[in-house]
Amino acid sequence: MIKARALPPVTASEVDASLAASHLAPLAGRGRRRRRRVRGILSELSFWMVPLTRSLRSRPLPPCGERLGPRHAPSIAALTTFAAILLTTYLSSPALGAEIPPDERKSGYEFMGRDTRAMQDDDTANPGMLSVLDGETLWNRKAGSASKSCADCHGDASERMKGVAARYPGFDAARGRPVSLEQRINICRAEQQQAPAFAPESKELLALSAYVGRQSRGMPIAVTIDARTRPFLEAGRATFFRRQGQLNFACAQCHDDNWKEKLAGSPITQAHPTGYPIYRLEWQSMGSLQRRLRNCIVGMRVENYPFGAPELVDLELYLMWRARGMPLETPAVRP
Amino acid sequence: MARTLINVPKTAKKGEIIAIKTLISHEMETGYRHDNLGKAIPRDIISLFVCTYNGQEIFRAELHPAIAANPFIAFNTVATASGTLEFKWTGDNGFSATEQATITVE
Repeated sequence: MIKARALPPVTASEVDASLAASHLAPLAGRGRRRRRRVRGILSELSFWMVPLTRSLRSRPLPPCGERLGPRHAPSIAALTTFAAILLTTYLSSPALGAEIPPDERKSGYEFMGRDTRAMQDDDTANPGMLSVLDGETLWNRKAGSASKSCADCHGDASERMKGVAARYPGFDAARGRPVSLEQRINICRAEQQQAPAFAPESKELLALSAYVGRQSRGMPIAVTIDARTRPFLEAGRATFFRRQGQLNFACAQCHDDNWKEKLAGSPITQAHPTGYPIYRLEWQSMGSLQRRLRNCIVGMRVENYPFGAPELVDLELYLMWRARGMPLETPAVRP
Repeated sequence: MARTLINVPKTAKKGEIIAIKTLISHEMETGYRHDNLGKAIPRDIISLFVCTYNGQEIFRAELHPAIAANPFIAFNTVATASGTLEFKWTGDNGFSATEQATITVE
């Protein structure tokens, strides 16, 4: 329901107010009670509102897309309903904000509460360490028809795996593209141990990647970007900035433009993959970066990529490059 | 055997209050969930945790389906004498796990 009225350009605060008003018609009550209800509704709508109203605030009204010509401009200014705001966001395709400057980058750790930080910092309270211990067992266990353990080739993980996880996804010459740490483990399993691959997100795969990742804790993230990996980095970056799905959202709209804000009461973080695989309290289990990415992709209402899809690995590569130099926290705890 | 992580100070002064932290890997399946085919997933939880200090029970907790996976239990006690702390978790399907830690009290 779009009313075409001649009004001055919509400011962000008006958008907030009109959004609330359009949903308040059935509500009675006055004063504090009414304000509380308004707040309740606003928080329910926060999933939509935060990114949308913020993006309006940062650029009062984005340039029009092809489907809405300049002659419609006055009516755009008068759009006052929720649907209309969705529509403007859908139709506009402005250049997205710049990447976060290096000195403003923050790990997800810094967005967490004191208790969750304490849980991650204490190795006897961090549930991710249970998985690391499982990984240590698997590292030394012989497997497959080759009857070899990881340790038979790689030796002592605390020396030989130091810094390895901080360099992944890494380029695989045989495949001609970067592979994630989980893929590398399964490649090793298939080719060296001649054992069946671990299923994505299986306890074993997460345990091994957590164990390998643990050996790089505190080391700076340093993926290798050269002529071979650059096209994949660019592809990952393009995915990060591409508006997609039913909500027409790009990753960058939340994680570059709105990381100071909240989404449904939780902080929007900067999406630096500093501690994967993580123990996520919401999951009550370990999970890989790809699981987390697929989570976000569901929220964006985009057709999801399967585990191990090249698009996800490219995105991983871009995110690790974006977090270059930040210390690895594996196994991190996240809320 | 379930994997556990125990944090007990190695030494303490007599009469000192010490913090004990325990973590055990367990699914803690509530019994209220259903699988993709609508079949109920049977309950599988740890139902009891007991800590003894030189044979004497000092802490006991009953756990219920609302406790999250990998239960983390932390509590305090008074260091009375050198000896052994024993931790025991018991639960559904005959689940049982035992761990020990020693402490020197000066």
